[in-house]
Amino acid sequence: MLQSIRPAIAMTALFTLLLGLAYPLAMTGIGQTAFPAAANGSLIVREGVAVGSALVGQNFSEPRYFWPRPSAAGAGYDGMASSGSNLGPTSQKLKDRTAETVAALRDSGISAPLPADAATASGSGLDPDISPAYARLQVARVAAARALPDDRVAQLVEQSVETPLFGFLGEERVNVLKLNLALDALASSPAN
Amino acid sequence: MTLMGWLQIGLMVAAVALVVKPLGIYMARVFTGERTFLTPVLSPVETLFYGISGVDRKREQGWLGYTFAMLAFAIAGFVTLYLILRFQDLLPLNPQGFAGVAPDLAFNTAVSFVTNTNWQSYAGESTMSNFSQMAGLAVHNFVSGATGIALAMALTRAFMRSGAETVGNFWVDLTRATLYILLPIAILITIAFMALGLPQTLDGSVTVTTLEGAQQTLAIGPIASQEAIKQLGTNGGGFLNANAAHPFENPNIISNFINIFAMLAVGASLVYSFGEMVKNRRQGWAILSVMGILLLTGICFIYWAETYGNPILSSLGLDPSMGNMEGKEVRFGQAATALYAGVTTGVSDGGVNGMHGSFTGLGGLVPMFLIQLGEILPGGVGSGLYGMLVFAVLAVFVAGLMVGRTPELLGKKIEAREMKYAMLAVLVLPLSILGFTALSAVLPFAVSSIGTGGPHGLSEILYAFTSATGNNGSAFGGLSANTPWFNTTLGIAMLLGRFAYVVPVMAIAGSLVTKTKVPASTGTFPTDRPLFVGLLIGIILILGGLQFFPALALGPIVEHFLMLAGQTF
Repeated sequence: MLQSIRPAIAMTALFTLLLGLAYPLAMTGIGQTAFPAAANGSLIVREGVAVGSALVGQNFSEPRYFWPRPSAAGAGYDGMASSGSNLGPTSQKLKDRTAETVAALRDSGISAPLPADAATASGSGLDPDISPAYARLQVARVAAARALPDDRVAQLVEQSVETPLFGFLGEERVNVLKLNLALDALASSPAN
Repeated sequence: MTLMGWLQIGLMVAAVALVVKPLGIYMARVFTGERTFLTPVLSPVETLFYGISGVDRKREQGWLGYTFAMLAFAIAGFVTLYLILRFQDLLPLNPQGFAGVAPDLAFNTAVSFVTNTNWQSYAGESTMSNFSQMAGLAVHNFVSGATGIALAMALTRAFMRSGAETVGNFWVDLTRATLYILLPIAILITIAFMALGLPQTLDGSVTVTTLEGAQQTLAIGPIASQEAIKQLGTNGGGFLNANAAHPFENPNIISNFINIFAMLAVGASLVYSFGEMVKNRRQGWAILSVMGILLLTGICFIYWAETYGNPILSSLGLDPSMGNMEGKEVRFGQAATALYAGVTTGVSDGGVNGMHGSFTGLGGLVPMFLIQLGEILPGGVGSGLYGMLVFAVLAVFVAGLMVGRTPELLGKKIEAREMKYAMLAVLVLPLSILGFTALSAVLPFAVSSIGTGGPHGLSEILYAFTSATGNNGSAFGGLSANTPWFNTTLGIAMLLGRFAYVVPVMAIAGSLVTKTKVPASTGTFPTDRPLFVGLLIGIILILGGLQFFPALALGPIVEHFLMLAGQTF
C-alpha cells in the first residue's frame, strides 16, 4: 500500500492537468474557432437582439403565437432549471396538471383529441419542439389572433415540419421558436 | 411501435457490431504492450507520467498489489474531488459565483464520480462551477472508466497466463486506458458534438429576450467535452440537470445516436479484446451474444410498454397514439428514448434522454431490472466484462455440478475458492439494494422524500439504491435525494457496489492466474457454443434477477395494474 502513495498522488495531479484543464480548454479553443455559433449556444439574432436559442424552447402564452409543451423547468422554460416533472404514471398531481392543461386547450378552441405532447411535460422542460399534429390544432387560434387566413398559417406550419433524417432517424417535429419567428416575419412583410 | 423505430434500433446494433472487432483488436494490442498507430505520439507522454509518478512499467503486481494500487488511486481521487467541491467558491472558473458544496452533498458526489456511478443529488447548472465540472467531475469520468478497464484486463490476464504470479501493473493499465483509448475517442466525439450544436465555452450563461419580451437565461459551459467522456466512460453524470434530455447536451437525433453508440462501443469491444487475448475469439462472440440477446429483449420491452402509454392520461382526452410522452422529448419519441433507457442501464451509464421516473410501471421496471442484473449488457467499460466473467464462472460451476465434473473455464479449473469469491461478489448487490431500500421504506424521514405515493414511491427508493449500488447513476427523479440520509446511504451503497464487488473479483484473478492451464478434453464443457450461451442467460436471469422479483412485484408491477385500473395517489 505504501509504495502506491506516490503514484496515486502524482497520477491524480497529472490526470487533472491533462484531462481536467488541457483537454477541455483545447476543445473550447477548437469550438470557439471552428463552430463559434454552436459553441456559444446556437443563438438566433433578430434585428441585433438575441431572441433565443435555436435548440432550446421558450415560453409562449399569447394567442398569436404557437404554444410549446407544458414545462416543469422552474416557472416554465427556465434555462437555469432544466427538469422534467418526474411525476409517476399514477400520480394524482400528474392527472390534475394534465386535466388543467386539457381544459385550457379546450378553452382556446381545440375540440379534437389532443396529441400526447400537447399536455405532457418534456424531460428537459426545454423541449424546443411540438408534434406537427399539435401545431396543426393551433392554426385556427393563431390565424384568428393575427387576422390571417387559416390556410396561410397552415401552409407555414407545413413548411416548418422537420422530417426524420434519411426517412427513419428521429421523429416528425416543429420547432416552435422558428415557426413563431417565421410567423412574425410573415406579418411584417407586405401582404401577398 | 413503428417500422421506423425498429430501424433506428437495428441501425445501432449494426453500428456496434461493426466497431467491436477493430476496436477490440486495437485495445488488445494496447494492453499486451504492442505498438499501435498512436504509439509515436503518446509514448513520450506515457513515459513522462511514469517518470513523475515513480512507476517502473516493467514491474508487474500480484492481485493484492494491483488492488491496493487501485484503492490508493481511488482514495487520492476522492479526497481531491471532495476538496475541489467544498472550496469551489475559492477556485477559478466560477462565473456564476456558486458557493462551496455542502459536506454531505460533496461526499455523495465525490464517491459518486470516483466509483463511476454519477448519481447526482444536485442540479449541475445551479450548483457546480465550470472548474468543478472540468477539473473535478470530468477527470473522474475518464479515470474511473479507465480503472474499470484496468481491472477487466487484470482478470483477462488471469485467463491468459498459466502458472503465473502477477496480473499486470495497475498504473500502466490505468495510464494506457486513458491515453490510448478514452482520450483520443473523446476528442473525436467532442468535435462531432460541437459540430452538432453542443456548447463549449467558459461562460456560465447567456441571456436572451424572448419573442414575448421576457428574459430567458440559458445555462451553458464546456458541455461538449464533458458530454463526450460522460458517455464514452459510461459515467452518465450530466453537465445540466436534465442530462441528455437537455437540448444543449443532446440537441438532435445524430447527437443522440452518438450518445448511445459511445456508451456501448468500448464496453462491447472489450469483450472482443478478451476473446482476442485469451486466443479464443469464439468465446468473445459467445459472451457478446448473451449481452446482445438480453439487452435487445429489454429495449423491446420498454419500447412496447411506453408506446402502450398511460390510460389515465388517455381518459382525459389525450390521443394515445404517441404513447406516454410525460418526461420525453418530441425529437426523440418512443423508439430513441427506449433505446437510450435500455442501453444506459444495460451498461453502467445512467445518462438519460427521457425521465425514467415518468415511465409507465413496466417501462420503468426494465431499466431497474437491467441494473439489478449487474449491468453486464455489455456493462460499464471494464466493469461489464468482469461482471459477466463472474457469471460465466458461476455458469460453468452449475454445469459442472450437473455432470459431476470439476468445471473449467478457458482451461482454468474453477474450484471452491473461486466459487466463494464469486458468490461474495454477487451477494453485494441484493444486500445493499434490498437492505437499504427496506430501511428507507420504514424510516419516516426517508419516506418523506418520496415524490409520487403508492407503489411508485417504493419504486423511487428501490431505483435509487439499485442505481447507486449498480454504479449506474440514473434515477426516478421524484425522490428528493439531496438529504443527509440519502446522500450518506447512497454514498455507502455506491462504495459497496464498486469496491466490495471488485475486491473478490480481483481475488478470483489472483487465484486463477496461478493455475496451470489444462488442455481441453472430450469431457470439457465448451464455453463458446450456443448451449453455453443459453445456460449463461439462464444463470443471469435466475441468479441475478430472481432475488429482486418480490421487490419489483411490490413496486412497478403493482403500479402497472393500478395504472390500468385508473388509480392515482
